[in-house]
Amino acid sequence: MNARRSMLFVPGDNPAMLSTAFVYQPDSVMFDLEDAVSAREKDSARLLVFHALSLPAYRDIEKVVRINRLDSEYGLKDLEAAIRGRADGIRLPKTDSADEIHELESHVDRLEKECGRPVGETKLIAAIESASGVVNALSIATASPRMIAIALAGFDYLVDMQTSRSGGSEPELFYARAALLHAARAARIDAFDVAYGNVDDDEGFLREVQIAKQLGFNGKSLIHPRQVYLLHRAYAPTEKELEHAKKVLAAADAAHRNGKGVVSLDGKMIDPPVIREAEEVLRRADVA
Amino acid sequence: MRTVIEPPSTQDSPVSILPEFGGAYKNTPYLADREKKLHRKLCSSLEEAIQRSGLQDGMTISFHHGFREGDKVINTVVGTLAKLGFKNLTLASSSLLNCHDPLVEHIASGVINRIYSSGLRGKLGEAISNGLMKVPAQIHSHGGRVHLLQSGELKIDVAFLGVSCCDEFGNANGSRGKLSCGSLGYAKVDAQYARNVVLLTPEIVPFPNYPASISQDRVDLIVQMDDIGDPSLIGVGAARATRNPRELLIARRAADVIVHSGYFKEGFSMQTGSGTASTAATRFLEERMSAQKVTASFVLGGITGAIADLHEKGLVRAVVDVQSFDSDAAKSLRTSEAHLEISANEYANPTSKGAYVDHVDVVILSALEIDVDFNVNVITGSDGVIRGASGGHCDVAAAANLVIVVAPLVRGRIPTVARRVATVITPGESIDVLVTDHGIAVNPKRPEVEQRLRDAHLPVMTIQELRQRAVALTGEPEPLEFTERIVGVVRYRDGSVIDIVRQVKN
Repeated sequence: MNARRSMLFVPGDNPAMLSTAFVYQPDSVMFDLEDAVSAREKDSARLLVFHALSLPAYRDIEKVVRINRLDSEYGLKDLEAAIRGRADGIRLPKTDSADEIHELESHVDRLEKECGRPVGETKLIAAIESASGVVNALSIATASPRMIAIALAGFDYLVDMQTSRSGGSEPELFYARAALLHAARAARIDAFDVAYGNVDDDEGFLREVQIAKQLGFNGKSLIHPRQVYLLHRAYAPTEKELEHAKKVLAAADAAHRNGKGVVSLDGKMIDPPVIREAEEVLRRADVA
Repeated sequence: MRTVIEPPSTQDSPVSILPEFGGAYKNTPYLADREKKLHRKLCSSLEEAIQRSGLQDGMTISFHHGFREGDKVINTVVGTLAKLGFKNLTLASSSLLNCHDPLVEHIASGVINRIYSSGLRGKLGEAISNGLMKVPAQIHSHGGRVHLLQSGELKIDVAFLGVSCCDEFGNANGSRGKLSCGSLGYAKVDAQYARNVVLLTPEIVPFPNYPASISQDRVDLIVQMDDIGDPSLIGVGAARATRNPRELLIARRAADVIVHSGYFKEGFSMQTGSGTASTAATRFLEERMSAQKVTASFVLGGITGAIADLHEKGLVRAVVDVQSFDSDAAKSLRTSEAHLEISANEYANPTSKGAYVDHVDVVILSALEIDVDFNVNVITGSDGVIRGASGGHCDVAAAANLVIVVAPLVRGRIPTVARRVATVITPGESIDVLVTDHGIAVNPKRPEVEQRLRDAHLPVMTIQELRQRAVALTGEPEPLEFTERIVGVVRYRDGSVIDIVRQVKN
C-alpha cells in the first residue's frame, strides 16, 4: 500500500488537467465535481471524470472523486458515475455527522452490487468543514469500515468558527487539527491537513507543511500540481534520519539472529516502537 | 619627391611601385588637428553616421540581439534607413525577436529584401511564412553565422551595434552603464568582420573605457542614442523564469537525468539553452550538486541569474557567457573575474580554432517538436509558421557529450513528439535523451545511458511509446499544408542546407 501524503485536486471540468494530472505523481488524485465546478458544468464534468477514471495512466495512483453532497441534485449521480468508473475512493464534502457516512455507505453498497464490483471495494474519505464536524470527528472516522481518511477543510471551517487564516503558526486551526488527528489515529485511518490556497507562495506552503508534518498528519490536500513535489520532498526523511533508521534495523536484525531480545544502539535501547519508527522512516524514504 | 635608396637588383618587387611618402598626415589628416583626432568618430546623429559609413542600396547591415525582447536599435536604425530612402538592403542580425515586428513594413516597402538571422518570431515570422519575401530567409545557428562570415558568403558592410557604454574612441562593453545587457558575445563578431562599425550608445564615458569587449581598433563611428534597449525585457520570452508546474516537473526530471547519466562528476561542464524548462533545470541541479558535493568546471551559454548564483555559491568555477539572459547575469559579468565574456566564434563556430561547445559535457536544450528519429525542430510551430530560433541548438548538440532535449509531451492539442518534424534544425544523431512530463526516451545509440537511467528508476520509455501516448491524448493532428514556394533555408552550422521552410497554405 502506498503512502498517502498528497491528494491533488483536479477540477472535473478541466479536460487538460484531467488527462495529464498523473504526470505530477501525487499519491492520490481527487477529481472534483463539487466546488470547482459551476452548476451549469456539473453534467459535463461528471462525464469527463468518468472518462478520466478509465485512463490507463492513472493505474498506479489512487483515484478519488469528490462528489456533491447527497442532499443536492447532483450527489447521487456523481456517486454512480464514480462507482461505475471504478474510483478507488469517494470524498464526501462538508461531513457533519456519522449519519451522513452511513447514508453514503448504503448507496455505495447498492451501486457496487449493481455494477458488479466487490462490495466494500470503494473506500470513503470524509472532509470535515464545520465546528460540528470537528466535534463529531471520532464518530465520523469510525462510521464505516470503508473509511480510510478524514480531511480538514479550512476555509468553510474558519467561516463557521467566525475567524480567518492568520498565516504563521495558525492558532485558529490548532484545535481542529488536533481533534481530527486524534480521531484518525484512534480509528487507525489517515488524516489530511487543509489545502493551502495561495499557490504562488511556496514559502508559506512549506511553513504549513512543517506544521502538519510535525503534528502527525499523513499529508495534505493540494490544489496546485507544483505543491506535490514540494510536499513529498518535505515529507521525505533526511539523510541523517535515514542512516539512523538503517542502523536501528541492522542492530535489531543482528539481535534477532543472535537470539537476543533487547539491544541498544549508541547507548539507547531499541525496542519495538523504535523499530517501527525506523521502518516507517525507510518506507517514507522509499516512496520519496 | 624622389626615391631615396636605389633598389637592390636582387629584390623582386621594385621599390618604385611602393607609394612615396606624402607627408606625416597624408593618410591620417585628423592627427593634424588636436580636437579632431580625438572626436573624429563621434557623429551628431544616426543620419550622419549612416552617411559617413558609406552605406549604399543593396548593401548588408548587421545587428546583435543582446537586448533580446528589449532591443530598440534594429527598429530605430531600419526606420531611419527607410526615411532616408534606402532600398534592397540585406539585414543580418544575430537573431530577431517578437519586438522586431515593425520590420514587416520595411520588407514590404523594399527597404529590406534579404534576411540572415538565427531567429524569426512574431508577426515577422508569420509574414515570412506567408510569403512576404521574394528571396528566402537564411536561418543559421549562432556558430554557423560566424562560419558564414568567415567563408565570405555573408559580408557585412555596416554593423550597427548597441552598447551600454563606450568612450570617444569606441572602447565598448555591455556590462557597465545604465542600459546594460551583459555580454556582447554576438556583437564582438560583427565588430570583427564588418567593413564599417557604428556603435550606438547612451553613455559616452571617459577614455579609456574598460573592459573593452569591443576594442577601439574595430570601431569607425559612434552615435549617442538615449534608448538602445530595455534591459528589463531581456529576461522575457524564451529566457524567462517559470512557475509552471509542468515545466518545473520537466526541469526536475532533466536534473535527475544529468545526475544519473554517468556525466555528473566533479569538474563536469554544462550548458542550459534558452527555454523555460531548460533554464529552470539549473535550480534543481543546484540541490543535487550541493548534496553530492559535485562542482562544475564551467557553465556555458546564455547565462541566467540562476547560473551566476551557482557560481557565487562556489558550485561553478567559471561562467562562460556569450549572452546574458538577465540583469543578475550581467551583474555577475561585471563583478566576477571568473565570469568570462566570449564571442560567438569562441562559443560555437565549427570552424573556429577552439569553440567552447566542444568542451561541454552535458547540455539541456528545448524543442518545439521532436520526431521518432530524435530530429529536433526549434523554428516552426505546430502550424508550420516560423516562430522560433535556431540559436546554438545544433552547435552544442553536435559537440556536447550528453545532449538532453526537454519538452512537454503535448502543447495545447498538438503532440510534441511527431512522426516527422516539420523542419529539422538539429539532426537526431546529435540528440541523446528526450525528457517530457510523461516520461523519458533515450536515443537507441546510447544504450549505456538508457541503462543508467533505468537503474535509477527514472521513467524511461521508447520514443515510439511517448508518441503513442501523445496521440492517445490529442488524436492524430491533421497534416500541415504548404505551397511549393520556399520561404526559408535552414543552414546547418557548417553552412550546408539541412532543411527548407515552405510557405504555409492558408
